[in-house]
Amino acid sequence: MTTVTTADTPKRRLDLTRPVLWLFAAFMIVLIVLPLSWLVVFAFTDKARRPTLQNFVTLFTDPAFLDPLMTTAIIATTSATICCLVAAPIGWLVSRTDMPGRQIIRALVTASFVTPPFLGAVAWELLAAPNSGMLNQLYRYLTGAEDPLFDIYSLTGLIFVISCYTFPFVFVLVANALDNMPGELEDASAILGGKAWTTARRVTIPLALPALVAGALIAFLQAMTLFGSPAILALPAGFHTMTTKIWSLFQYPPKLELAAAAAVPLLLLTILLLQGQKFLLGRRGFSVVGGKYGAPRPIEMGGWRWAALAFCLLVLLNPVFLPYFALLNAAFSPNATTLVTPSTATLHNVVFVFTELSSTQLALKNTVILGASTATVGTILALVVAYVTTRRVIASHRLLGFLATAPVAVPGIVLGVGLFLSYTRPPFVLYGTLWILLLAFLTINLPSAYQQLQAAFATIHPELEDASRILGATRLQALRQITAPLLRTGVIATWCFIFIGVMRELSAAIVLFTSQTKVLSVLIYDLNESGDLAAIAVLGIAMLVITFTVVLAVNRIPMFGGGAGARLRNS
Amino acid sequence: MKRRKLSRRDILQGSIALAAGTVFASPARAQAPEPVAVTPALVEAAKKEGKLIFYSSIDLPVGEKLGKAFEAAFPGITIQIERSGSERLFQRIDQEFASNIRAADIINSSDASHFISWKKNGWLMPFVPEDVAKHFPENYRDPDGLFATSRVWLSSIAYNTNLVKPEDAPKSFADLLDPRWAGKMVKGHPAYSGTIMTATFQMVRELGWEYMEKLAKQRVMQVQSSTDPPKKLSLGERAVMADGNEYGIVLLKEAGQPVEPVYPTEGTPTISGPTGIFKTAPHPNAAKLFQAWLHTRETQQFFVDFTAQYSIHAQVQSKPGRRKISDIKLMKEDAEGVEKMTEEIKTRYARLFRV
Repeated sequence: MTTVTTADTPKRRLDLTRPVLWLFAAFMIVLIVLPLSWLVVFAFTDKARRPTLQNFVTLFTDPAFLDPLMTTAIIATTSATICCLVAAPIGWLVSRTDMPGRQIIRALVTASFVTPPFLGAVAWELLAAPNSGMLNQLYRYLTGAEDPLFDIYSLTGLIFVISCYTFPFVFVLVANALDNMPGELEDASAILGGKAWTTARRVTIPLALPALVAGALIAFLQAMTLFGSPAILALPAGFHTMTTKIWSLFQYPPKLELAAAAAVPLLLLTILLLQGQKFLLGRRGFSVVGGKYGAPRPIEMGGWRWAALAFCLLVLLNPVFLPYFALLNAAFSPNATTLVTPSTATLHNVVFVFTELSSTQLALKNTVILGASTATVGTILALVVAYVTTRRVIASHRLLGFLATAPVAVPGIVLGVGLFLSYTRPPFVLYGTLWILLLAFLTINLPSAYQQLQAAFATIHPELEDASRILGATRLQALRQITAPLLRTGVIATWCFIFIGVMRELSAAIVLFTSQTKVLSVLIYDLNESGDLAAIAVLGIAMLVITFTVVLAVNRIPMFGGGAGARLRNS
Repeated sequence: MKRRKLSRRDILQGSIALAAGTVFASPARAQAPEPVAVTPALVEAAKKEGKLIFYSSIDLPVGEKLGKAFEAAFPGITIQIERSGSERLFQRIDQEFASNIRAADIINSSDASHFISWKKNGWLMPFVPEDVAKHFPENYRDPDGLFATSRVWLSSIAYNTNLVKPEDAPKSFADLLDPRWAGKMVKGHPAYSGTIMTATFQMVRELGWEYMEKLAKQRVMQVQSSTDPPKKLSLGERAVMADGNEYGIVLLKEAGQPVEPVYPTEGTPTISGPTGIFKTAPHPNAAKLFQAWLHTRETQQFFVDFTAQYSIHAQVQSKPGRRKISDIKLMKEDAEGVEKMTEEIKTRYARLFRV
């Protein structure tokens, strides 16, 4: 009798797991499938929603559309190459050598990751605009030359700035792979007589290659889908990229059908590339993780240590030191590109932004609300999906995993268009509220959050949960009491990651904001269009301070290489 | 010489009169409501609402200063200024109204033709401030009382005095086509800025599209807002401004920056910026109060003095030391013409300048 009762107890308790999980699945489907469906519908129909291919014919016979397509391809390819060339050596130096200041270099790369690309672009305007740019002024002063050293308003300039804020993605993957690489393999090579270079060529590089390829792909996608940097640097130079072109189709009268159709090539290309990566790498990317290996021994660099450090610092001059210096200077200078001196320093810009600029408070409030809520909801969502897929709780767990990864194939501006089409009409009229931005930010950040937490889950053996359930806990209780505490670090890292992602995001927000739902990134972009550079500098610094404060408050900054927090937009 | 105030006669002399009888003067003028002054009752009602959302394209620093002046005049009402290019605002208003979002209370556009569309759509609320009825010429107010011209300004040429000697400076739009200015000019964009849209219309009408075609070959730095070229000029980023706010140049010059306006011999494009209240304004009384306050002599005088723009108000005097609008050869405004040509301008411009 007693035995039966005990065994029955858990069954009598209502296990809400399945309904809850199905609810999540339904939410995910609406979140991702709805905007993409509307996008496809608009791309293949005319104004009266009759099926047609005319949108594509219009686009692909128009040089005003084909040129940006070509430009975008060039930008994405070159940026990805530069990112790999820069990030791989730094990743290796930081992870595998005895170079001094390795932690500082990691922190500095984090800083360039936290810097929104559009802010970096504005900072580089201050530095390298052909005539007023401070670096060009310095160059002219030193050499007496007429021509500028560097014109940021050019294809080269744009590629440079995009690379500055994309290389952290490659760095993280490479450094991570090298951190996890078993030292024994290299030792074996050395014992068998392999010289340093042979070991590198036959062991280290092949093992790190999958990470590098994955990094290159992510860099390519990032460069291809960025909106802010091209809008700030390419338009003054008189050329469009795909994202700025799609956005210009929103001008009055909005050509939503064409915008949707123009988004399709970006979408297809992304899916193609992700498939290509799978085909290329198979499952090799995971082969280095497993078992207990000894930590790799750092390579002794001797006298080259300092040269290596100098190289890293020189590279980081571009995304961190110089831009931050330019922003600080502009914030306190009466003239954005004149070097501030103690006698000319002014608080005028700061006063203007915080007491006169009437959109500041609203944008700050919206951004912090959205950052915190997206991070919270996103972490929960990613947590559930990661749990379901690693523990295979419901039958369609694969589908759920796919849905959570799918947005990686949707560039921000494309998603923005899709969401705009979906949520400006019944049944969900969300345009004009913060909800539509929440959905956008959530979708954009879900893939990386999911990847991070899935990796975190994989490290926790299910037998701990099973033990809890045998002792009578429901699945949700087991999760709350056993798994959650073990996942703490990973969860916090993911939260911070999403928060940073929201601060960086402009491409979807620019399509979806209204006057009452403005965010900082959009405000900064607006200010750039009216040429108020000093106000941007102040707001940009405020934005960075908020980001760092929030991230530090929630926990330490997710240091790259620090376990689950390390994976960025992994795929 | 006796200081002349900017009167209706000046404006007519300046030939900036909006094609009278075509735009703002329609036969149904009897419909305009009774003029309203700033009354304690209106102030009280506005304070209850406590907030005002003002869409405008006025250069940010001066626009915010205007907002602060309003807040200071009526404590308890906060104003939120939504600044962007007028063409961008036009698109956003359209997008918001289509989605039933009625956030905007009141709008000042730098493209007067927008008010033709909004009037057609029936989106505007009739309201006539007392000063507008008494002191504004008929050409500058809607006969049905839906809007009134709050400011007039110019889109001129200008140069950086550190980079260009006065004797070398361009004197006319034709001068800008000289190869020596290639790669040295900056201009705004007509698909973003109402000022540039209006100016482009007038330039195309006077000089033809050939002028724009040739200008496009000069490797002009293309910024968006008409407020930006003066700033790029004062930074020394470019030597010459091909179009942009003349008032920005005047203000920068007065602040000691190395910039100098040039009023082209062909005539200077002239822009008037009407203000109107939306019927669906969430804060209608605050909007009325603002509209009444904005067009009083005091506010107009204050506005003219600190923004270096021009007022239609008959009693407003130009600031001593500043050039009078009557001394400048102006291009004629034609809001209806702009409305008909907007699409063509956007399309042809994008083809010529490639962005």
